[in-house]
Amino acid sequence: MSTNGTPLLELEDVHTYYGTIEAIKGISLQVREGEVVTLIGANGAGKSTTLRSIQGINRPKRGRILFNGKDIVGHPPHEIVRLGISQSPEGRRLFPRMTVLENLEMGAFQRRDRSGVHQDVERVFGLFPRLAERRSQKAGTLSGGEQQMCAMGRALMARPKLLLLDEPSMGLAPVLVERIFEIVTEINSQGTTILLVEQNALMALDVATRGYVLETGVVALTDDATALRSNERVRKAYLGLT
Amino acid sequence: MLAALPRFSQQVNRVLTWVVVALFLIWIVGNILSAPEQFISVLLLGISLGAIYALVALGYTLVYGIIELINFAHGDVFMLGTMVTITVANGWLGLDGSQAWYVTTPLVLVTLLAAMAFCGGLNVAVERVAYRPLRNAPKLAPLITAIGMSFLLQNVGAAIWGFNERPLTATGDSIFPADTLFSIGGVPYRAKSLIVVLITIPVLLALVYLVRNTKPGKAMRAVAQDMDASRMMGIDVDRTIAFTFALGGALAGAAGLLFVMFQTSTRFDLGFQLGLYAFTAAVLGGIGNLTGAALGALLIGLIQAFNEGLSWHTPGSDWTESIIFAILILVLVFRPQGLLGEATADRA
Repeated sequence: MSTNGTPLLELEDVHTYYGTIEAIKGISLQVREGEVVTLIGANGAGKSTTLRSIQGINRPKRGRILFNGKDIVGHPPHEIVRLGISQSPEGRRLFPRMTVLENLEMGAFQRRDRSGVHQDVERVFGLFPRLAERRSQKAGTLSGGEQQMCAMGRALMARPKLLLLDEPSMGLAPVLVERIFEIVTEINSQGTTILLVEQNALMALDVATRGYVLETGVVALTDDATALRSNERVRKAYLGLT
Repeated sequence: MLAALPRFSQQVNRVLTWVVVALFLIWIVGNILSAPEQFISVLLLGISLGAIYALVALGYTLVYGIIELINFAHGDVFMLGTMVTITVANGWLGLDGSQAWYVTTPLVLVTLLAAMAFCGGLNVAVERVAYRPLRNAPKLAPLITAIGMSFLLQNVGAAIWGFNERPLTATGDSIFPADTLFSIGGVPYRAKSLIVVLITIPVLLALVYLVRNTKPGKAMRAVAQDMDASRMMGIDVDRTIAFTFALGGALAGAAGLLFVMFQTSTRFDLGFQLGLYAFTAAVLGGIGNLTGAALGALLIGLIQAFNEGLSWHTPGSDWTESIIFAILILVLVFRPQGLLGEATADRA
């Protein structure tokens, strides 16, 4: 999908704490409409905290988060979902004792348009035919890959303008990882802007338009995805290449 | 050799369980044989008692299911429900059992709604003031607050309604018809016992429907399973928890009305003892499990009625509390997940 340049999401000097520990120390970044932007970095670099701050789960102590030009810091998560941001969280976090279909329905919790929700269930089943077969199965009994699909499908059910994906490839077999990233591209081409957090930097930079490299709570580097792929430092530290 | 030890103790547990169950069955059968009519009348009484306990037990289990807090103040909310029932029904509406049924019925329903609304609102206020600020504190903090809240409500009840036994009506009559529906072996089965059951069953069914099929019910289940994920789905977690407290409180209000109509009096410290019975029922059934709470409550009601009403080798009412709390301890030691609870925590 082509990008038209207006920033959909803009973080300005965001600081977020867990108790007294400063997990992100002044992050600024932009996501433009239509882009796939990736945040890469090591464990503990602050990637998930950034997503949780955007979603309103952890409230930043300082800084601004602009979505469509409006500051959303301090808004409760359910309002942020309604504004058009939803998330497939780290570790999937499905509702284990609910069925696949119920999980998808929970993703559409803020929506009132029943027929639209029904259409989107079909759309998710189109993206992930495996989920259609498992629709009445309890989510806790799914395989890791199926759970990941369900978590992504559930986030899509909110019909978000901006989809936050936190480590969608974690713990999956290589063949599934490829499939997940194909689907990320497909979701984006259907019109959803994506902010993707990944430890698998190689795959992430493959599907992304641009990338930010996070190191201990700050942005160490940012560039186009292709430029980052050939950057010496990134190749050494995150791609395992020389 | 060492590896065999846990298996050995498991077998001891199993044998002991069967011994206890067998002794209980022998005692029941012995009573049926020695006085069948007495047994049936006591059984019916126990069902009514169990119905009231069930309404209170559900309040414990709903709240525990969603925020893993044992709300010790819940029994006192129920006690205030009995007090409000007396004030509204007898004080304001002037019901004293002398009115015809077509006057009494709508006014009792008005009282029921008032007691449910009062207790629901009070429970929401308790959560807002005492538990929500401690949502992220260590688990012990809200638990201690709950105990403090229990004493606070108890003393508010005593300050407003006095330290003495409060009769429902000046004459000590019930407002529910005292008519005898039928007698078994000279023991009457009164209409009020039936009314208690007839009100409880639809309330329980409505609750189960609400939790299983409606949007607020699904939000409750989601929050119970994963609070952060629920937030990400756009569920207002605070409102969902408040709704759960409202629901539990309303059930306690209904139980308060039924209790005071059934027993015809109440006291400021009623919530302590009855609350612990209902809590035991919730643990017995498997805390967090709605069906379990109802089943546990029925069992506790029956055990109490049997112990106080049967006569063949029966300990008698002095022993009721000891027996019920012995059950609580035995369940916690040998089957902490309760009768219907799942053995493993499946919070993923």
